[in-house]
Amino acid sequence: MMSGGVDSSVAAALLRDQGHDVVGVTLKLWGGESDSGCCSVSDVDDARRVADALGIVHHVFNFGDAFTTHVVAPYAADHGAGRTPNPCIECNRHIKFAAVDERARALGFDAVATGHHARVAVRPDGTRRIARGADAAKDQSYVLHMLGQDQLARTLLPLGGMQKDEVRALAAELGLRTASKPDSQDVCFITKTTGRGSFLDRRIPLTPGRVVDAEGHEVGTVAAVELVTVGQRKGLGLAGGGAPRYAVDVDVPSATVTVGSKRDLLVDEQRAASLQWSAGPVSGPVLVQVSAHGTPAEATVTEGPDRTAVVRWAVPQRRVAAGQSVVAYEADEVVAGAIAV
Amino acid sequence: MRPEALAALVEVLEHAPGNPSGQHAWAREARRRLDDARDGIAALLGVGPGGIVFTSGGTEADNLAIRGVLGARGGRALCSAIEHHAVLDVVHASGGGTVAVDGTGRLDLDHLADELAADPEISVVSVVLANNEVGTLQDLDAIADVIDQARLSHPNGLVLHTDAVAAAAWVDVAELAVRADLITISGHKVGGPKGIGVLAAREGVELAPILLGGGQERERRSGTPDVAGAVALGVALAATERDRITVVGRVRGQAERLADGLAEATGHHVRRTVPPRSTPGVANIVHLSCQEVDSEPLLFLLDEAGVAASAGSSCASGALEPSHVVEALGVAPDWAPGALRLSLGWCTTDEEIDHALAVIPAALAQLRPHAEPAA
Repeated sequence: MMSGGVDSSVAAALLRDQGHDVVGVTLKLWGGESDSGCCSVSDVDDARRVADALGIVHHVFNFGDAFTTHVVAPYAADHGAGRTPNPCIECNRHIKFAAVDERARALGFDAVATGHHARVAVRPDGTRRIARGADAAKDQSYVLHMLGQDQLARTLLPLGGMQKDEVRALAAELGLRTASKPDSQDVCFITKTTGRGSFLDRRIPLTPGRVVDAEGHEVGTVAAVELVTVGQRKGLGLAGGGAPRYAVDVDVPSATVTVGSKRDLLVDEQRAASLQWSAGPVSGPVLVQVSAHGTPAEATVTEGPDRTAVVRWAVPQRRVAAGQSVVAYEADEVVAGAIAV
Repeated sequence: MRPEALAALVEVLEHAPGNPSGQHAWAREARRRLDDARDGIAALLGVGPGGIVFTSGGTEADNLAIRGVLGARGGRALCSAIEHHAVLDVVHASGGGTVAVDGTGRLDLDHLADELAADPEISVVSVVLANNEVGTLQDLDAIADVIDQARLSHPNGLVLHTDAVAAAAWVDVAELAVRADLITISGHKVGGPKGIGVLAAREGVELAPILLGGGQERERRSGTPDVAGAVALGVALAATERDRITVVGRVRGQAERLADGLAEATGHHVRRTVPPRSTPGVANIVHLSCQEVDSEPLLFLLDEAGVAASAGSSCASGALEPSHVVEALGVAPDWAPGALRLSLGWCTTDEEIDHALAVIPAALAQLRPHAEPAA
């Protein structure tokens, strides 16, 4: 998959040089306004021109309907329910490593490759796990945690062993037009100019809400409780001075955000759903990461009924906003992922 | 491209480089070539030479037809639901609507009459002569009758435009579009080059220009004319007219062999979107609906196998979009996503048909591995 960025450009070049029969595919995912990510016409142009430079065939695949169904609509619905979804993870889960993988299989391809900074580790028993990329600052194993054995066996991540500056240097050496293109950071279907609020305002009712302290006293107001995330400090309409206060709970039905101290955010355990083990359960201590570039903390993961999970922290940690992914590692390898509830 | 058109293109570029608007011998030579082309094309389309406006292609000619009439007379445009986007999007931009078609793509004449009766502001009606995706030909004579009936109730008058881009190589446009006031054709669809088109206007049809500048083409289309392109278009159109009956007969046979062969080879999981002989259509378009298959992966496999096919239209990124034509025809949901357009040409060989007959069933079988084997 060639997004039109430097990483996937170099991934394609490396695979070509390794002798693979490579076809570049750019996904058209979003028909609406966009100024970043893998959907804009100029990104498709970049991918096509890189493919031309590499001498490989390039196609654009339209997965717009699936993207709307599996990524954009749940993103809006999750916010409406007071959760904080990670749409890139849902795109990987439902589009890139599901619908596109299925298409690739039907078209006779042996593998699907991306420019993610992560590795596929093969263990002595033959099972596979997603592992951190060599460039710790760019590691994307967190957003690939959901890949199962079948998918891992068919996934190539040629950049896993490289540093980002090596990737850029190689792109420059190959004369690829994406060599100095900035990294995309944001949600690809939300424009910088209009932002998340106006995107959601057109899709779900946004509710003005009260901000209360632990005793229930109103201490501020917010324009939309659906836009508040647990752990958030700014934008809660609080008077200045005193100790910093954070959102510790968001309740959409009563349009109430509860704030508290940093300490009030700390919990001994975190519940999650949709638990998925990479290659079977791991009972011992693991390192659990709760955001794309967060610092992992020691914990154990216990599976409950219906793929629920309880993460018990060795030392109390901040509550995780519902909807965020909770990813467990053994050393550099992902052993499980789940979604905070 | 037809070889005689390619030769003409190069010859003009080489030997008549002048700007036809100039005041010198080189200009006069270029002007003569341009006007010879104009006269020839006018005769082939059945309009006066003064009615030929050279444009940059079919899209500009369609834009000029609709926006030109609206600019000169005011009002709104109306078109069929299966127009090319070069018409459809212009009509929508003018605040105009569309007229439904039946399952074969033929215009619903009662709906046309109703729309005209409901809106006296309509001043231009555009109906594609042959649809570019499914090939259905419209009965412009019957459409002109409906328009004549409505004329009295339309103070701005009613102009009939037809986009004959997909039809021009395959039918006698002069005869079928004799009652159209404006006709669009495009170079590359008749064996000429890309980047040149014609809007042919009957005498008295006033067009407000959409490009302003030097006032070329009788103030209707500014810009230095593409003399070589115009000459090549004229040569290609003349060659097409000369060979038409022979070519149409041969291509119709190839198209039927292709469609029938594919239906048989796939156990009738592939069928013509517009049933053969249900309605008149151009000879060269085989539009198929493939059951339980998506066009996009199918086109990918066909491309790998050396078959150049298409489905709907592409958006700016190059991704395939669902076809509004297939939607307007009301194709059943399990067949509509598998739209496949195979276009034949004057130079299509029987071997190419054989190749397509071998490759397409194999691609379909690969994409529908769980389907029962061909009967």
